Amino acid sequence: MKSNMITIMKKEFARFFKDKRMVLSTILMPGLLIYVMYTFIGQGLSGLYASGENFVPQVYAVNLPEDYANAEGLPMNFIPVEDETEARAMLTSGAGEEEGGCDLLVVFPENFTEAVNAYETTSGEKAPEVEVYYNSADTDSSTAYSMMLDFLDDYEASMANKFDVNSQEKQYDLASEKDTAGMVFSMMIPMLMMIFLFSGCMAVAPESIAGEKERGTIATLLVTPMKRSHLALGKILSLSVIAILSGLSSFIGTMLSLPNMMGGMEDVSASVYQVSDFLLLLAVILSTVLVIVSIISIISAFAKNVKEATTWVTPVMIVCMLLAVTSMIESLKPDNIFMYLIPLYNSVQCMNGIFSFTADIPGIGVTVASNVVYTILGVGILTKMFNSEKVMFSR
Amino acid sequence: MEEILVAKGLKKTFRISAKQQKLEKTREKIKVAVNNLSFTAYRGEIYGLLGSNGAGKTTTLRMIATLITPDEGDVLVDGVSVVKEPNRVRSKIGFLTSELKLEEFFTPNYLFDFFAQLHGMEREETEERKRELFDKFGISGFAEVKVADMSTGMKQKVSLVISIVHNPDIIIFDEPTNGLDVLTAKVVTDFLLELKSQGKTIIVSTHIFSLIEKVCDRVGIIIDGAMALSGRLSELTEKKNLEDVFFDVYAERAGEAV
Repeated sequence: MKSNMITIMKKEFARFFKDKRMVLSTILMPGLLIYVMYTFIGQGLSGLYASGENFVPQVYAVNLPEDYANAEGLPMNFIPVEDETEARAMLTSGAGEEEGGCDLLVVFPENFTEAVNAYETTSGEKAPEVEVYYNSADTDSSTAYSMMLDFLDDYEASMANKFDVNSQEKQYDLASEKDTAGMVFSMMIPMLMMIFLFSGCMAVAPESIAGEKERGTIATLLVTPMKRSHLALGKILSLSVIAILSGLSSFIGTMLSLPNMMGGMEDVSASVYQVSDFLLLLAVILSTVLVIVSIISIISAFAKNVKEATTWVTPVMIVCMLLAVTSMIESLKPDNIFMYLIPLYNSVQCMNGIFSFTADIPGIGVTVASNVVYTILGVGILTKMFNSEKVMFSR
Repeated sequence: MEEILVAKGLKKTFRISAKQQKLEKTREKIKVAVNNLSFTAYRGEIYGLLGSNGAGKTTTLRMIATLITPDEGDVLVDGVSVVKEPNRVRSKIGFLTSELKLEEFFTPNYLFDFFAQLHGMEREETEERKRELFDKFGISGFAEVKVADMSTGMKQKVSLVISIVHNPDIIIFDEPTNGLDVLTAKVVTDFLLELKSQGKTIIVSTHIFSLIEKVCDRVGIIIDGAMALSGRLSELTEKKNLEDVFFDVYAERAGEAV
């Protein structure tokens, strides 16, 4: 009768994998959607904060100094104006687009060059002031504003060049590709991974347990001589496999699309991780999914139907998401080994350690072991529930 | 005659939820579904439990099938207690009730193999049994059709076959002909008689007098959760037909003329 557990697992797999819609919506779509979504978000964000490469801002300038008016090779196109009113209107309303529009309005003081040359920093007098007007709601105007500030800073620096900072063609950022990837992945992936795993479990567990109760098919199983513990274990293991496949799909989609989302960060690649890192990650993920499936299965067994189960699981998901956020907060990192006994939190911290190359091996050991213990407890509780007529046949 | 199923002093109560209290217009918090119910079925006979809706027939059968546990009393199924060894009882009985549904995604073929495995049957034994039952009930023609795509009659046939996959000696049928068309109902009735001829013991619950009269050897009339009358059908219907016997007992118990 030990094979009954395998029989239940086979049935759960058959139910899932023979249903193309289930496979598509639970395994294929999450990864694909995440890849497409993150890539689009990345492109959208890049487009939002940066104008095209050949962008030359149209800068309307009052009292434009002669040397700017006649200079060549400037990164912007200065258009001298007498009055700032028209340029202000163009900036505010976006009018005049057909003539190139107005990205920026710069008001220089009269005789700017002479005033700057004559100014002594030690005199205590007010320095000549340049006013730069822009429209923050317009991407081109914002870009032009940044360019103008840099341009004026450079001009100011060139007038009193006492020292240079990072002016040579050298690599001043000493972070390696590994460090950059570690920082990005450890910040994002543990949180996303927990959400994906929980979503994967939620997609299958309520349907398999509360759904069977709702449809009356679980009673058909309960009149067979199968041990309730085999039924519970068979359900939890098979649902875990399906949830892991779902989580894996989301994980692959995220790993591939994260560099795109971060605005094409070429340094961010999962290739910096070794096989041993992925094995540790796999151990943490496997044990985490077992815990999540156990929790959702117990809640689903209590519920009368799938709708009720989903409603009851939602607060647990919120708690899971809150715990997932701890990967981003330095002060909430575990400061002793016992903290790895806290379910779900331990998984988040382990994943964070693995991705940031600071894996705490004893901590991971405690996490995996405690998760297995929690799962055994979960199987025990679920077995009791399958044995309880009040739970299984409540209406 | 060998006693094969002995129910002794069965009692089952249920808590009534606030919602049910409203529906049933009662302030009682506990409902006694079955009260001190006893009966004995003998090997190779068909025992009928007759009663109106809500009389306690299904609750009694669910206790025998180990789906629920009696508050008091016990049932010995072939000498095995439903309270102490429910798992052993499950392997001895087949149970069919409208409460037990089949997963609509699967085909009869898959479900038969699945339940045969749960009963620990060998591959060859399963195939032979499947062929026999599928041919008898004409399921072979739709063996690969999903349950979801079947008619009520087809589903009932498959449920019936699944309930006796493991060829049990004791078979419990709760309202087996409910909701069936006349042709399918006849197939089921004939099958009950065939099972009896094979030496199986059958406990059947129903409120249909003709079914009891046609197939049962013994009958127990349940009123308000208690066994009001029990005995051989031939003896009970010596002077009056079963319907008259039932309403006489009902009137006597309920204290009202029907």
